[in-house]
Amino acid sequence: MARFILRRLLVIVPMLLVVVSLTWGLIRVAPGNFYSGEKKLPAAIEKNIREKYGLDKPWYVQYGRMLANTARGDFGESLKYPGTTVNSILATTLPVSATLGILAYLLALVVGITAGTIAALKQNSRVDYASMAAAMLGISMPNFVLGPTLVLLFALRWYWLPPARWDGFSLHLILPVLTLSAVYMAYIARLTRSGMLEVLRSNYIRTARAKGLTERDVVVRHAVRGGLLPVVSFSGPALAFLISGTVVVERIFALPGLGNYFINANLNRDEPLIIGIVAFMSIAVLLFNLLVDVAYAFFDPRIRY
Amino acid sequence: MAPLLSVRELRTWFAEDALTAKAVDGVSFDLARGETLGIVGESGSGKSVTNLSIMRLIPQPPGRIVSGEIVFDGQDLLALPAEAMRRIRGKRIAMIFQDPMTSLNPFMRVSQQLMEVTRLHLGLSKAEAYEHAVQMLETVGIPDARNRVDGYPHEFSGGMRQRVMIAMALSCKPELLIADEPTTALDVTIQAQILELIKNLKRDTGTSVILITHDLGVVAGMTDRIMVMYAGRVFETAPTTELFARPSNPYTVGLLASVPDPTDDSHAELYQIPGLPPDVARLPPGCPFAPRCARAERICREQSPPRIQLTPQHQSLCHFAQELYDAAGTPTAATGDHGVR
Repeated sequence: MARFILRRLLVIVPMLLVVVSLTWGLIRVAPGNFYSGEKKLPAAIEKNIREKYGLDKPWYVQYGRMLANTARGDFGESLKYPGTTVNSILATTLPVSATLGILAYLLALVVGITAGTIAALKQNSRVDYASMAAAMLGISMPNFVLGPTLVLLFALRWYWLPPARWDGFSLHLILPVLTLSAVYMAYIARLTRSGMLEVLRSNYIRTARAKGLTERDVVVRHAVRGGLLPVVSFSGPALAFLISGTVVVERIFALPGLGNYFINANLNRDEPLIIGIVAFMSIAVLLFNLLVDVAYAFFDPRIRY
Repeated sequence: MAPLLSVRELRTWFAEDALTAKAVDGVSFDLARGETLGIVGESGSGKSVTNLSIMRLIPQPPGRIVSGEIVFDGQDLLALPAEAMRRIRGKRIAMIFQDPMTSLNPFMRVSQQLMEVTRLHLGLSKAEAYEHAVQMLETVGIPDARNRVDGYPHEFSGGMRQRVMIAMALSCKPELLIADEPTTALDVTIQAQILELIKNLKRDTGTSVILITHDLGVVAGMTDRIMVMYAGRVFETAPTTELFARPSNPYTVGLLASVPDPTDDSHAELYQIPGLPPDVARLPPGCPFAPRCARAERICREQSPPRIQLTPQHQSLCHFAQELYDAAGTPTAATGDHGVR
């Protein structure tokens, strides 16, 4: 197990190299520059800027510098926000995005697993149809519709909740967390339902029933473990993306999260910031996937690394 | 003495789209204490559904026990509240299943799965249940039981897993053990070992056994009585030796003829009953076996066959049961030729 984890941690290095290299290449290929605006800059100024940021150097020098930065974990200053380092941007925005993402996912897990399990146990009943219809709605409704709708109702009509902004751990979180959570909730409910249905039909559940166990024990002791495996594998990538920020929800609720910066960085061709965020996201995805694999071994004794 | 189990006119039907699959349609039989009954038939003949009905483990919907009585030790199981039935399951009636590879929970240690039953039904403490689990594994012949009891099912071979299943089923000393094709998924040498084990445990504990199989060879040496099922009905029932000596139903005759005889050197092609078992949702009128039957006449396709009582112990569901019984009793037929046309 320890060897497996170590190996997987080492794999992060080449993966990261590939990802940042591709990203770096794509930034070069994309038209436009961080300094190009609607008005064309005078040639002399442009030359100055290029010299200042080392853009006049050959491509391998620039590439090498980027790699060195990435290796040190210090991505340098943002081009668009001079005087602000990429690391400080990550440090201020990440807690916001992560809080939001983790809360949203926890909520999604609790509601999704509960609804999915009940739906599976009462297959083809009204509860089943109702929760699956709700799940369908949750999956189909884009969060830029759901978010403003929630704001309209809970904030602007009934004045129950604040409509937007970041205020640490407070009521302000409720609407964005709900909005962000909806899709995942729905998806987890469906995953749980199908996973549980499959397990409930399996022979070992029949054995458990034949042993005279109570229905509660059959479900809790025998069915849940196998039934939730699909949710476990879904959770890795889902969490990685959730904590990396979500543009739409951050925009709707005016939250200073990572997602907003990521979109702006791309629009601005803000190379260090893009590389920094991409590197962070890749590591997050790889780490969460590793976490899922470890969790899998914990869930399923047949899996040994 | 009253039989331990008495099934009367059991009908278990399954809703299948707009049709009704009459998986079990009017099955009746008795099982005495200490008796071993073999239930034989092709796939889909209703063997398993009959026994899942006894356990009340028919998935509902789509299944439904339409009518009948299952009297176990004086109480009608079908009339019991769910909770009372649950207390009987695993304690007084235990079941082992066909596929030992998938019938144990892959996520739980064998010890946990064994302890679960005894803690629930016998109220044992954790430590007692653990000791009991080890003992049970020893009883069913798992070597090094104390070290293996904490293993997971995937660490056991197929035969060993079936032994674990048997250990689990016998943990609470059930009065009735239902073994649903316990050896079908195992290879032949293991099959013999498992059957031997069931036989010995049965002898030691006095448990009544219902052994379901599609293999007449399996039931021959194991059972006191055999019940042959076809299309959800009991086609013939007789004491084992009598059934082999004087099969009185064309279907039984066909089944017996399709058992390979190791002493036969003629290299003749093995007999096979022509056709396939019918779809129990679309049964033809008359006898369900008529389309495949060599003896069938017009009456078979028009009228349901009567249940003919040949001896107090021997019944056959066939228009020509008496004729077959008499023919099988004549000296030429009794010498080993089962009267196959």
